[in-house]
Amino acid sequence: MEITMTLNGKSITASIEPDMLLLDFVRSRGCLSVKRGCETANCGLCTVLMDGVPVLSCSTLAARAAGHEVYTLEGLQDEAADFAVFVADQGAEQCGFCNPGFVMNTIALLRENPDPTDEEIKAYLAGNLCRCSGYEGQLRGIRAYLDQKKEKEG
Amino acid sequence: MENKRKAVGQPVRKKDAMQLLLGKPAYVEDVTPSDVLVVKVLRSPHAHALIEEIKIDTALKVPGIVAVYTYKDVPQKRFTMAGQTYPEPSPYDRLLLDQRVRFVGDAVAIIAGEDEKAVDKAMKRIRVTYKVLEPVLDMHTAKDNPILVHPEDNWKSLCPVGADNRRNLCASDVDSHGDVDAVMADCDEIVEHTWRVQPAQQAMMETFRTYTEMDRYGRLHVISSTQIVFHCRRIIANALDIPKSRVRVEKPRIGGGFGAKQTVVAEVYPAFVTWKTGRAARMIYTRRECQIAGSPRHEMEVHVKLGASRAGKIRAMDVYTLSNTGAFGEHGPTTVGLSGHKSIPLYTGGLEAHRFSYDVVYTNLQASGAYRGYGATQGLFAVESAVNELAERLHMDPIALREKNIVREGMMMPAYFGEKANACALDRCITHCKELFRWDEKAPVRDMGNGKVRTAGLALAMQGSCISNLDVGSATMKLGDEGFYNLIIGAADMGTGCDTILAQMAAECMECPVEEIEVFGADTDASPYDSGSYASSTTYLTGRAVEMACEELKNNMCQIAAGMMNCEVSDVEFTGDGVRRLDGSGFVSRFDIATKSMLNNAIAAQTTATHCSPVSPPPYMVGMVEIELDKETGKVDIIDYAAVVDCGTVINPNLARVQTEGGIVQGIGMTLYEGVTYQPDGHISENSLMQYKIPTRLDMGKLRVEFEESYEPTGPFGAKSIGEIVINTPAPAIAHAIYKITGVWHRRLPITPEKILMSMEQKKSGSGE
Repeated sequence: MEITMTLNGKSITASIEPDMLLLDFVRSRGCLSVKRGCETANCGLCTVLMDGVPVLSCSTLAARAAGHEVYTLEGLQDEAADFAVFVADQGAEQCGFCNPGFVMNTIALLRENPDPTDEEIKAYLAGNLCRCSGYEGQLRGIRAYLDQKKEKEG
Repeated sequence: MENKRKAVGQPVRKKDAMQLLLGKPAYVEDVTPSDVLVVKVLRSPHAHALIEEIKIDTALKVPGIVAVYTYKDVPQKRFTMAGQTYPEPSPYDRLLLDQRVRFVGDAVAIIAGEDEKAVDKAMKRIRVTYKVLEPVLDMHTAKDNPILVHPEDNWKSLCPVGADNRRNLCASDVDSHGDVDAVMADCDEIVEHTWRVQPAQQAMMETFRTYTEMDRYGRLHVISSTQIVFHCRRIIANALDIPKSRVRVEKPRIGGGFGAKQTVVAEVYPAFVTWKTGRAARMIYTRRECQIAGSPRHEMEVHVKLGASRAGKIRAMDVYTLSNTGAFGEHGPTTVGLSGHKSIPLYTGGLEAHRFSYDVVYTNLQASGAYRGYGATQGLFAVESAVNELAERLHMDPIALREKNIVREGMMMPAYFGEKANACALDRCITHCKELFRWDEKAPVRDMGNGKVRTAGLALAMQGSCISNLDVGSATMKLGDEGFYNLIIGAADMGTGCDTILAQMAAECMECPVEEIEVFGADTDASPYDSGSYASSTTYLTGRAVEMACEELKNNMCQIAAGMMNCEVSDVEFTGDGVRRLDGSGFVSRFDIATKSMLNNAIAAQTTATHCSPVSPPPYMVGMVEIELDKETGKVDIIDYAAVVDCGTVINPNLARVQTEGGIVQGIGMTLYEGVTYQPDGHISENSLMQYKIPTRLDMGKLRVEFEESYEPTGPFGAKSIGEIVINTPAPAIAHAIYKITGVWHRRLPITPEKILMSMEQKKSGSGE
């Protein structure tokens, strides 16, 4: 079947199998940041934004994205780098395999709620597993970003 | 001295941090072509069976299928997949594919095809007739069971580890010091129980995966997510029965390892396909395959008999470990050793005698492997729980009891190969953690008035730093144009940050910014030999090699510079930005030395150093946990976890801290939820992340980590290790706190709400523990 969608700001048309997953589709289009960590929608590694809303691309058919706007980390580099440097300053990226999903969901969080509490951050990102960091460093990174943003905005 | 350091001890950002955070292509599946053969493995549905007939003709007819291999097609020399230095202690008990299948998930056939759909279709068309055999599923009856997991004649043990395939024994040994029985008989208090740790999964986010191709020299080029490129080369060559020279292994970034990737789990299958077909191939393990045919922690039952005086002096310890290696012996003979050697020595203080003995048995269950902690985790759960129980029995503060008995700097440790504790800040860790955590306030059992109760528990831990007298670390330093340096290593950064901390050490030695050290690792053709990243060795062992390589390079640079200034090398000194004459009459910059090194020069501007250590200095740690237990549901919440670690000199405080935090949370998962249950036929129930629950960020309370430095004279800049020790304290500390609330010692992990609730019910009805 043929689908048309907007991927990272560009309109694309592609011929796909009806059962193709959005995860495999975006990877086949060079969006290699999107990772698969499980087959059961449990790890959050494959998070992308569809019409601005975070979805698990491992459990979304590519066909479902037809007519919609999909963003992967490839298309949101500057927005991500804004706060990711603070995570890097904690050393909390570690192996990095979960980072793209975590970063995408954090982007969604910060768009929705620019000034979240620690509890709100934890709750929003609960679906993003990380086996390396124990999560504390990721939280410290986001907190440091929010603090400096507040300071800047005075 | 410490204050002068510019790179070592600094919270330097990891060299690959922004690449990873911004999702740049870095891992096997990102950096290798995708239009290659897809390789999958058909797996056994039986725990123990012989393949009577295997029909592949209809599978081969599926369009796009290139090859299907069975046990008839593979070399008949046995090998081990354990990433260890040759001769490996792990027995040679595997074939690539075997007529006998030994666990549910064991490999039956390898299928290679143009795309995944074809491979999946072909897999369904393979017809296997099994002669189903009775399996050995209970590790207690495995030893000397008439049913043998490895009855074959070409099974081979290369090292004297006490293995005997005719007895289902993968290893056995006894080690003792002093007359344990006599001292024990003289003790006022004896604590004696058995503790069990489940075969927990590393659950690294990136599953096992490997890409293979024939390169331009006609050699097998392997790009794999591995911690051990050099061992991997040997193991692949063994599996394929080809010369080692025909194989090259490199690793890109690794999406977590925790020891899982210290075993060659996925590599051999695509390697065989590529070697046979000449075509590039890729195998990506599913999460399910990781869970059922991976390389998890060894299930162990650790029996501890601890003897003490009424005054709280721990006088004797007798430890017996029964370890279940599963269907194959990867890391079986070695993990078990740590269950005693890295638990008993904590109490060197007053210990008069100890005995440590073990059996490692084969069963028809998933083969075990290396997992952070490597047996010490299992041993410490038992020994630390026994010591906590002793404290409760003697009505003594568990910290005071520790202070009476722990190992202290300068002590000889009979239970640790007679090594001396050169650097030990365990006493300071305890004092520090007690204050940080506010132990005295949190230790009492406090009813919160809402059905929930709070209290605290604690545990100590130790580990090693490298495998002494055995493993080898190397580093190459190379001066490049304009005066930058390449640091080339064979150790594998699996996210832990070893590329960065080794660069920090190099920068410290070369007196330059960390940014001027470019790190490369790891590739068997390009890297200097290194055993690989395991056994908490990289900082300690490879770090020393970096220091040594730098010293040599500085000497060579001085020689080149002396030639440029027409003087003797004894007349000059290295200044970081160049080399100057001691009398102040001349200076050449690093830039110019680099230029000169490539022009009419015969002095090497690159040096390689190799290091091996006669000792394995233990890091030490204290963990204290505050829990809240819901008496209605049995649920345990972690409120606060404080830890203080002595890893010698901290090379990078950020990375050491995050390692510690990550290890603690992994340990909490193992303690409270990460269950592995086998159905009666040998199937694992928890075969996805849906059932195998690892901690999320909602499962964590406050987490605080601080350090007490010591100075290890044999380590680089005084450093020891950090990677593994950090997983060891949660199980005994949490079990301790749960006891204080419920009055029941839980000795089998994981301690689920169901178990806690049931135990409280039983306690109430008086039926005991």
